[in-house]
Amino acid sequence: MPALADIIAADRQVEHHAPWPRAVVAPKAWNLAVEQLAAGRWSLLGLWGEPDKVHMALLDEAQTIGVISMDCRGGRYPSVGQHHSPALRLERAAADLFGLAPQGLPDSRRWLDHGQWGVSHPLAARPGGPAVASSYRFLTAEGEGLHQIPVGPVHAGIIEPGHFRFTAGGETVVRLEERLGYVHKGIEGLMQGASIDRAAKLAGRTSGDSTVAYSLAFARAVEAALGIAPPPRAIWLRALMAELERLANHLGDIGAICNDAAFAIMHAHCGVLRERVLRAADAAFGHRLMRDRILPGGTAGDLNEAGADAIRSLVAEIRRRFPHLVELYDNTASLQDRTVATGRLKGELARQYAAGGYVGRASGRDFDARRVPGYAPYDELAFDVPVLQEGDVNARVWIRVREVEQSLSLVEQILGRLPAGPTLVEVAALEGAREGMALVEGFRGDILVWLRIGEDGLIERCHLRDPSWFQWPLLEAAIEGNIVADFPLCNKSFNCSYSGHDL
Amino acid sequence: MRKLLFESLIRPPLTERPPQVSNAAVDELGRALDGMARRKLGRSLSIRAVDAGSCNGCELEMHALNNAFYDIERFGFRFVASPRHADVLMVTGPVTKNMREALKRTYEATPNPKWVVALGDCAKDGGCFAGSYAVVGGVSDVVPVDLHIPGCPPPPIEILKGLIALLDGANGKAGKDGAVQG
Repeated sequence: MPALADIIAADRQVEHHAPWPRAVVAPKAWNLAVEQLAAGRWSLLGLWGEPDKVHMALLDEAQTIGVISMDCRGGRYPSVGQHHSPALRLERAAADLFGLAPQGLPDSRRWLDHGQWGVSHPLAARPGGPAVASSYRFLTAEGEGLHQIPVGPVHAGIIEPGHFRFTAGGETVVRLEERLGYVHKGIEGLMQGASIDRAAKLAGRTSGDSTVAYSLAFARAVEAALGIAPPPRAIWLRALMAELERLANHLGDIGAICNDAAFAIMHAHCGVLRERVLRAADAAFGHRLMRDRILPGGTAGDLNEAGADAIRSLVAEIRRRFPHLVELYDNTASLQDRTVATGRLKGELARQYAAGGYVGRASGRDFDARRVPGYAPYDELAFDVPVLQEGDVNARVWIRVREVEQSLSLVEQILGRLPAGPTLVEVAALEGAREGMALVEGFRGDILVWLRIGEDGLIERCHLRDPSWFQWPLLEAAIEGNIVADFPLCNKSFNCSYSGHDL
Repeated sequence: MRKLLFESLIRPPLTERPPQVSNAAVDELGRALDGMARRKLGRSLSIRAVDAGSCNGCELEMHALNNAFYDIERFGFRFVASPRHADVLMVTGPVTKNMREALKRTYEATPNPKWVVALGDCAKDGGCFAGSYAVVGGVSDVVPVDLHIPGCPPPPIEILKGLIALLDGANGKAGKDGAVQG
């Protein structure tokens, strides 16, 4: 069995790619890697294109991370998705944007391109004429008495747009097919040629609920590329913001999931706690969602004593209130009746798709980017990563409950040990092109950022991979055999990002 | 649960006092609204949220309007599930080309009289996404806009101010000083 490091060492390794290696490989090595993915030995962390190039980020059994790339003349390269389905949508997206032609890709429908852009392959070296708008061929399900329910892109709640096509037999969902791409803003296109400052702003607006995590991932990738070490105080402040963001989102989700099971009191109380987190964040960092507070090189602004106090009293308040809510969730039979055994995601699928966050951890996949590959200051902090096996809505609620408790402890630890000193260092371009990469644990799962900075200090190419890429397809699997009325519940328990996915 | 419910009875409410509305917002509305609509609406507004391409930040703050601190329903605002039930479309995001048609159709499905509120910096002119091959621009490039609420994202209290201005404008109740009445 080959190791990722061997494949990379055997081929043309790229200079200036940090912190993990990247190699340009021949089709043979590419296919060998695909075999490892298909056999379930390695995990796919990301797949993205460039004009006449394709890249794949991998995690092998020894938890080693690396990137392999192929030069593909005319855009052709051996499809990964034909053997490893988690790559399917990523390959369809890269085909839409760069005109890449994965050979053997079983699903050649366009994904992000809905025929509305007025241009095709907008990021290719030579973009093509407008794609002809054609109706989307949804997958079929055949059987007596089956009917279809089309939902979206404009949904009933305050949510992002996407289309769901249900095929149901009576009340039971036989097949769900998602169609996404409605909120595609062309972020990766806007990044090309952008200054680092502007690109950081764009990265922080990839998925609003994860603005801290995205800013952190982008900053870390820039710092890796340019060999910059941010000041210790900034590193700890960033972790503080990341844990506050996790708290806010998990509290919101726990309430919202219960609300979708028509249990409004949990929603009301969790909503109050979430609001308190946002207010503390505003008091401490000057913005409720802490947007644009993390910059390449450190943080914008510092935390003063009043801000730290606001966070301390927040932690005390949540510690006082939250246990009662957990008890309420645990002791309400009518609520448990809706969440237990609903929307079950099998462990094999979670592992195959390398599903991050609560989706993976509720189905037995023990992975957290704060631990592997790990980054400062988490190596100096004590925390558990909760893992459950059941894979149902209930398990995804409990993972969040446990993570709220862990984040509270992390916030306390960080406040107790926050080093003094400056919070920002200057970011200066280096000679020649530099490539950097980062994997950061957002509340939803691991976010991957890969970028190349040119000699002029501008972004040449930046790819942002949301955890939702590997979670959306699993929702289709988890809903099968459930009743249509449980879809909102299942969907909320996944809480995938539309904007993060569509970019 | 009984304990939680009982505590809610004896704890003081968390709800904020109604915010003051700025004159500028009210003026903007006065121009946008006609007398006919004022008589018809009464003191209630049904809002349909449409995400036309946002990063979901604005949606988070819209959600927050429903929490106990802002309790938006006390002002007669309600988020509804269909444009056919709505008086107001609250539109977020730069309008993406992939959402242009859906936004138009949602607008057309909303009965008259209707108003469009563009929420957030991107909804004004595309914000930092302007110029992309995949973005049309601001909301007003696709449907007529009556009120714009700036911010990235606007905090709930700012959204509330904008909406109250819209309502008071619609009812002809805005006082000379622009303060909220009643």
